[in-house]
Amino acid sequence: MLSRTAENLFWTARYIERAETNARLLEVGARNALIPNTGGGYRNEWDSVLQASGTAAAFAEKYGETVQRNIETWMFFDRDNPNSVTSCIERARENGRIVRTALTSQVWDVLNTAFAEVREFARQERSSLSLSDLTDWTLRTTALVRGSALNTQLRNDGNDFTNIGHYLERADSTARLLDVKYFVLLPTISHVGSGLDNYQWRTLLRAMSSNRAFNWAYGGEISPAKIVDFLVLNRACPRSLLSAVEGANDHLDRLARAYGRSTAAQTAVRGMVGELADMTVEDIFDEGLHEFLTRFILRVGALAGEVQRTYLSGEMR
Amino acid sequence: MYDGSDVRPPYRGLEGWSRDMPSELKAMKQSEAEALFRRIGITFAVYGEGGSPDRLIPFDMFPRVFSADEWHRLERGIKQRARALNAFLVDVYGRGEIVKAGRIPGRLVYQNEAYETAVCGFVPPKGVYSHIVGIDLVRTGPDEFFVLEDNCRTPSGVSYMLENREIMMRMFPQLFQHNRIAPVENYPGLLRRTLASVAPRKCEGEPRVVILTPGHYNSAYYEHSFLADMMGVELVEGADLFVEGDYCWMRTTEGPKRVDVIYRRIDDAFIDPLCFRPDSMLGVAGLMNVYRSGGVTICSAPGAGVADDKAIYTFVPEMVRFYLGEEPILNNVPTWQCAKSDDCKYVLEHLPELVVKEVHGSGGYGMLVGPKADRSTIDIFAEKIREKPWNYIAQPTLALSTCPTFVDEGIAPRHVDLRPYCLVGEQIELVPGGLTRVALKEGSLVVNSSQGGGVKDTWVMAE
Amino acid sequence: MRLLVSHETVYRFDPPMKGVVQSHRLTPSQFEGQTVIDWSVEVEGATRGAAFRDGAGDWVETVSLLGPVEEVRVIVKGTVETVDLAGVLRGHRETVPPEAYLRPTHATWPDAAVKVLAEEALEGVAQDEILSRAHALAKAVSEAIEYTPGETEATTTAAEALALGRGVCQDHTHALIAVAQASDIPARYVTGYLESGNDGAAHEASHAWAELFVAGLGWIGFDAANKCCPDARYVRLGSGHDAQGAAPIRGVASGMGIEAMEVDVSVVDGDRAAGQSQTQQ
Repeated sequence: MLSRTAENLFWTARYIERAETNARLLEVGARNALIPNTGGGYRNEWDSVLQASGTAAAFAEKYGETVQRNIETWMFFDRDNPNSVTSCIERARENGRIVRTALTSQVWDVLNTAFAEVREFARQERSSLSLSDLTDWTLRTTALVRGSALNTQLRNDGNDFTNIGHYLERADSTARLLDVKYFVLLPTISHVGSGLDNYQWRTLLRAMSSNRAFNWAYGGEISPAKIVDFLVLNRACPRSLLSAVEGANDHLDRLARAYGRSTAAQTAVRGMVGELADMTVEDIFDEGLHEFLTRFILRVGALAGEVQRTYLSGEMR
Repeated sequence: MYDGSDVRPPYRGLEGWSRDMPSELKAMKQSEAEALFRRIGITFAVYGEGGSPDRLIPFDMFPRVFSADEWHRLERGIKQRARALNAFLVDVYGRGEIVKAGRIPGRLVYQNEAYETAVCGFVPPKGVYSHIVGIDLVRTGPDEFFVLEDNCRTPSGVSYMLENREIMMRMFPQLFQHNRIAPVENYPGLLRRTLASVAPRKCEGEPRVVILTPGHYNSAYYEHSFLADMMGVELVEGADLFVEGDYCWMRTTEGPKRVDVIYRRIDDAFIDPLCFRPDSMLGVAGLMNVYRSGGVTICSAPGAGVADDKAIYTFVPEMVRFYLGEEPILNNVPTWQCAKSDDCKYVLEHLPELVVKEVHGSGGYGMLVGPKADRSTIDIFAEKIREKPWNYIAQPTLALSTCPTFVDEGIAPRHVDLRPYCLVGEQIELVPGGLTRVALKEGSLVVNSSQGGGVKDTWVMAE
Repeated sequence: MRLLVSHETVYRFDPPMKGVVQSHRLTPSQFEGQTVIDWSVEVEGATRGAAFRDGAGDWVETVSLLGPVEEVRVIVKGTVETVDLAGVLRGHRETVPPEAYLRPTHATWPDAAVKVLAEEALEGVAQDEILSRAHALAKAVSEAIEYTPGETEATTTAAEALALGRGVCQDHTHALIAVAQASDIPARYVTGYLESGNDGAAHEASHAWAELFVAGLGWIGFDAANKCCPDARYVRLGSGHDAQGAAPIRGVASGMGIEAMEVDVSVVDGDRAAGQSQTQQ
C-alpha cells in the first residue's frame, strides 16, 4: 500500500490511543487529588500527571500555576498542547480524512462524529462539563473508534499498520501511566506500603480500567511487585507492556509474511519481546522502576522510528 | 416542467409526488438529506470566501428530468463535441492543419497561455488529450440547448452527480420504483476503464491507474478521494511518486510500484518542476520526460487547456465541421470578442442586455449580468472593458429554462444549467445524467455554488 | 571546423540529499551546420532513462540518483564538425510552430522601455524586411547592454538587464528575445558552446544566443553579446522560451542540503590542436 496511507493509518491509531491516555491521566490526577492529607496539598498529584504526559514544561510556560482547572483545559481542550484530547481527536480525524478511502464508513463516521462532538464541547459552558463527563466521553469514543475498526476494517496490511500504531502508543501509554507513581512523592518513607500508597496504586489500576481484573488475577492484596508484574509482564493484562509489545510483534510478523521479507523493525520488536519475556519483577526493581520505564519508553520510540524509516517514509527499495 | 399549462411529459411522474408532499415531510427530508451529506463529508470549500471549509452546497430535492429522446439528442451532441475538441488538440500539437487552413487564427492557439510547447509533436495514447470533457449547457427551449463552455482539463463536480443520486435513492426509493430512471452509478467503472484504455506504450499487463491530488487542503479533495475509492485506485500526492529510469513509481510499504496512468487533478504548471514551474511542490520531477517517452500517461494530457479557453470556444463549431465533416448538433452561445473593435463597440452599446465575462475567469466572479445590474455598475464595467478589451467576451442573456425547485413558499421555477461528463478513451462514453446546478435566488441566472447556487439530481428516463 | 568539447558540471550537497533528478538537454542535434562525430554524457552512479526528442528537436534525457547524494558529476565530451551557415539553422527537424515563440515568459516580458527600444531600432527599416529588422534589433541590444560579468544574476529579466545596461550573454539573449517578440518576430533562447580561440575575447565557452524566425529562411541565430551570427565556432545544444526552459541541465534535489555548483568547459579547435601536436613531435 501507499507509504503515506500507511503512515496516516498508523498515526490515526496513535492519536486515538493518546487521547485515551490523556483522559486516563486526568482521571488518575483527579482521584489522587481527592485525598486531602498528602504533604503538598493536591499540587504534586497534578504535577505528576503533567510529568508523565511529557508536557510539564510547555504547561508551565503557558499557565504557570498547576491548578486543576488549568490542567483540565491543558489536557483536554488546549490546541497548544499537541497531546490534548482535542488535539489528538482533531489530528486523528485529519489523518483519517486524508486516507478516507482506506477507512470503512463506520470508522470514518465515528471519527467524524468525535470531531464534531469535541468541537461542540469547546463551545459549551465549561462549568456545565464535569471532568468525569470529559474522561467518560473520551474513553467511550476511543473505544468506539477501535471497536468499529476491529469489526469492519479489512484484515490487510493497512490493518497491521493501524495496530502497530495502536500497540506502540499503548506501550508508551502504560509506561507513562505507571511512571506517574514515581513522580507522586509519598510524604515520608514511612508511607511506603501505607494506605495512601495503596490508594495511589489502586487509582492507577482504576484509571486503566484494571482494578477488578487485578483482583481476579492477584487476589486483592495490593503490592508494588504485583502491580508491576500485572502492568508490565502479565500477558493476560491487555494493557501490559508485554501484551502491547507482543501485539506490535504479531502485526510486524504479519507484514513480514505478507511482503515476503523481514526488516530491522521485526528484529527490533523481537528483541523487546525477548527481553520482557525473560524478565522478572525483581529485575525491574533492581534496575529501578523509573529507570526501567524511561529506558522502555526510549526503546518504544526507537522501534516506532524504525517502523517509520522502513515502511512509512516511502524509501523502501 | 410546464409546457403551457400542461406538465411536460418527463415530469409527469413527479407531479403527484411533489403536490402531495406535506411541508413538514419536505422539511424533514431536507434536513435528512443535509445530515447525509454532512455525514459522508461531501463539502465544498470556496476559494477566497472565508468561512467554514466544511460548507455544504445546498441540495434541492426536486430532480431535473430529461426524457429519453431529449437525452439521446444531447448525447450525440456532447460526444460530437468531445471528439472534435480532441481532434483539435492532436492537430494543434501536430501539423496544425486547422490553422494552416485559416479556420482558426494561429495567434489564438499558439500564443495562448494554455498552449504547451513542451508537448508539441507528441501524440498521447489513442490520440486523446482530454479524457474527461465536462460541457456546460443551458436550455432555452424544448429542443434548444446552448453550450456555455467546455472543460477539457479536470472538470469537477462529478461526485455530486453520484452522491445526489445516492441520496435521492435512499430518501425516496418509491420514486425509483415508479419511474424508470437510467442509472449513473457505473460512472467510476467507466472512468477506470477509460483511463486504463490509454495506458502508455511501455506498459505491459494490466495498467496501474492512480489519481494525483494536490492534497487534502484542496477544496475538491473530497471528490478526489471519493473517485479513488469508487474506482478502487490509489489516491496519491506528488511526494508519493518519483521518477527513475523510464518510469514513474509510487512509494509503497513494499517498495516502489510502477504507475502507468495518472488521472491528475493538478494544473499543468505544477505537474513537473523540471518542465514547468520550478517551485512546484505538488508535482513530480521528471514526470513530463517519462510521459513524453511513453512511460506513463497523464490524463488529461498537459496542454489540453488550449481547447477550452473562452477565446477558442467560439471556434468549436468550426472544429466540428473541419475534423468531423458534420454540422454541430449543439450550438454555441453567440459571443462577442471585445478584442475585436467592432464587437467591442457593439458590447459597449448594449451592456444592459448582455452578460460580460473575463476571458480567463471562472466561478462566476468578475462577470456582469447586464439586465440585473444598475447604471453605475454598468458604467464601472464599461470602463474596465475599455481598459482591457481583450480580457472580456460578451454573450446575450438567454431565456434560460427553469426547473421546479423547492422553496420556502412551496415549489417555484428556478434557472438551471447542466454539466454532463463525457469520457474519452478507446471509446467515448456518456453516463445518462450530469450535474444540474440551480440558481436558488428568485430570478437569478448565476448557478455557481459560490454565489448562491445549489445542486439537483439529474434524471434521464429510460426508454 | 572540428570542435572538441569538454564540459564538466559538479553539484555538491551538504548535508547529502535524499535524491536528485535531472533533465538533460546536453546532446547537440543534427542540422546542416553541425554533425556530431562522437558525443557522450556520463553521470556516475545515476540511473538514466526516459529519453526522447522534444518538439524543438532537442534530445532530452532523464537522470536520477538515489540518496544519500553528496555529489553529482555530469561529464560531457564530444566532437562536432561544424560549417558556417551565417547563423541559419538549416535542415533542423522540429515541430513547434514558430508562432508559439511569440509569447513572452517572465524573463522576456516586455516593459515599456523594451517596446521603445524595439521601436527605435526599427525606425526606417521596412516592415517586410524581416531579416534586416532582426539585425537591427540584435545591434540595438548589443549596444544597449555592455558585456559585464558579475553584475546580473540567473534570475535577471530582460527588462532589468536593459535598465541596468550591463550583463552577460544570458541577458543579451533575453533582451533580444523581448525586443523581437515586441516586434512580432518569434524568438527563442539557444544554449551551446563557443570556441573563443585566440581572439583575446574572454567570452564564456558555455554560451547562449538567440534565434529569430524569419519567414522564408527559418530560424536564424543572433549572438548579441558577440555582435555576430553563429558560425563554425558555435556548437548548438538546444533551445527554449528562455534561459530556464532551454537550460542544458535542470534538476531537483530532495532534502535539506545546500547546493554548490562548479562548471568547467573547454571548446578546442580540433584541427589546430592536431596541427600543434604534430609540430611538437
